[in-house]
Amino acid sequence: MSDTFGRMETEFRAKRAAGRKLLVPYLTGGLAGWQDAVRAAAAAGADAIEIGIPFSDPVMDGPVIQQASQMALEQGATPVSILQEARDLDVGIPLAVMTYYNTVHHAGHERFAAQLLGAGIVACIVPDLPLEESGPWCVAADAAGIETVMLAAPTAPDERLPRVAARARGFLYSVGLLGVTGERAALASTASALARRLKAITDVPVLVGVGVSNAAQAREACEVADGVVMGASVVRRMLEGGPDAVGAFVAEVREEISH
Amino acid sequence: MTLMAEPSAEGRFGEFGGRFVPETLVPACQELETAFADAWSDPVFRADLDHILRTYAGRPSMLTECKNLGDQLGIRLVLKREDLNHTGSHKINNVLGQALLAKRMGKKRLVAETGAGQHGVASATAAALMGMECKVYMGAVDVARQELNVFRMKLLGSEVEAVHSGSRTLKDAVNEAMRDWVATVETSHYCLGSVMGPHPYPYMVRQFHRVIGDEARAQSIELMGDVPDVVVACVGGGSNAIGIFSGFVDDRTRLVGVEPAGGAAVTRAQPGVVHGMRSYLMQDEYGQVQEAQSISAGLDYPGVGPEHSYLASIGRAEYPNVTDAEVIDAFQLLARTEGIIPALECAHALAWIVRAAPEMQGQTVLMNLSGRGDKDVAQMMEVLGK
Repeated sequence: MSDTFGRMETEFRAKRAAGRKLLVPYLTGGLAGWQDAVRAAAAAGADAIEIGIPFSDPVMDGPVIQQASQMALEQGATPVSILQEARDLDVGIPLAVMTYYNTVHHAGHERFAAQLLGAGIVACIVPDLPLEESGPWCVAADAAGIETVMLAAPTAPDERLPRVAARARGFLYSVGLLGVTGERAALASTASALARRLKAITDVPVLVGVGVSNAAQAREACEVADGVVMGASVVRRMLEGGPDAVGAFVAEVREEISH
Repeated sequence: MTLMAEPSAEGRFGEFGGRFVPETLVPACQELETAFADAWSDPVFRADLDHILRTYAGRPSMLTECKNLGDQLGIRLVLKREDLNHTGSHKINNVLGQALLAKRMGKKRLVAETGAGQHGVASATAAALMGMECKVYMGAVDVARQELNVFRMKLLGSEVEAVHSGSRTLKDAVNEAMRDWVATVETSHYCLGSVMGPHPYPYMVRQFHRVIGDEARAQSIELMGDVPDVVVACVGGGSNAIGIFSGFVDDRTRLVGVEPAGGAAVTRAQPGVVHGMRSYLMQDEYGQVQEAQSISAGLDYPGVGPEHSYLASIGRAEYPNVTDAEVIDAFQLLARTEGIIPALECAHALAWIVRAAPEMQGQTVLMNLSGRGDKDVAQMMEVLGK
């Protein structure tokens, strides 16, 4: 555990200490109007935004985010264009990117970390880069001051979780269920169970993501966790109703988890 | 010590391989690694597998010397007849091994991807034999061009799901199979069909296929008094090639893996990470995986197994590529000269042999005929005209 926290973790710890539950919406970068959607989400009470850099083969994503990724790629989005556009965002909350490891690997670890830094991004989530393979990237990210969010899964044995938590910067992403991103009728029982296991072993902020589908489920997850990441539910609103629909949804969730 | 030994503890062959999977799957891969190591060193498991390979799959597969075509090309041409295995290809070797292992691990369901349908049919077959549930993912493009194999899988009691995302071929079928496995990992085994994916798959699948090379080496010495000068196999993910290479990698034999021109990952030699492994991968300037283009659904894959990348990087094996037109010619050539209709995949290997024969005069050439062409007849009827 580092003694000095990065910008996102510092803000998250302070907000948690003040009694606030953390809300991180995910938006696929490169979709038409995505910057406006980021601004709308920030204005509606998000604590950070996770910007997806679309990849051709998103194995952790279900149909909604797959569709958004494919649309963005067909509209010509690239990691470079999205980071260029992210540079113009001035939303006053930390920005993270989520992408698959080949995007990082192909750019080169040091270069990718520098690109994030140059775009004003403070954190990075790479869902197909597990602990055992994360070393070289983490060295580059740490050196650049980029916080690498680690994922913890319900399948992890107890001995594994402290090692994952020790490597997490920014927050610890508690995977809510066995499965890919997408909306579900109810919050899986694994969501609260894993968040509880993680809260017992770490003081890094624990946010539940994957399968947190609406305001009520966000509230349920926040009974145990420090906050939530919401992806498919946000992206679906972006695809159906654009930035205004994203803003309205984020406001609704913010309201629900603030009681 | 063989050159094709165990990978490193991290699952690396040189700088290739590894385990780049979502955190959810890490414990399952670790469990599989342990279970395979345990089974592979257990004489009872090995005897069970040998028995089923002999009495059900039809091993050992024979060698056939092609006098007509060999004389025509000026070489001594010998085929390893994996096409005569039950279900019509080498795929059954790996599938029977994995299904036995899955049962030993207490899994009740198999998940598989398939390109041409050979691995899907083999998986469906093993599931039927061992009383397991099976779901096969297949790209929508491949479902259309391999409808006979789709029906075979259904006859065998498996569910086949057409995948409509991405390029709608093998690469996308792998994505969808991995998504299924992420959700069902506690009860399902992912029966991966090639020497690719996260550790331990490239190693484990090679071990299940090395029977091809071990048999072929002994048979070659019996037939020709020596190992062949050249061993040739087609390469998509590369399972049949790795199987036969493993028998000859420590000999002086030249090893040739033939890729389709539209899926020449090794020729382009650019490392990337997808489907759990670091290996050569066709990708654009930002690392987006490119779509392969091949007449053969089974080779329509933009990557290659990591051990092939390793063998290429150290210069032990070579990986030329051939065009669809050369493949179509070779497909017909074997049928007319030897009375054997090869799978389009293996026709790639033969296409290279035909091209390279002038420089191999008088040499002994062993080709892995990894599958039979029945599945391709309808497609070739379209290509060649009725």
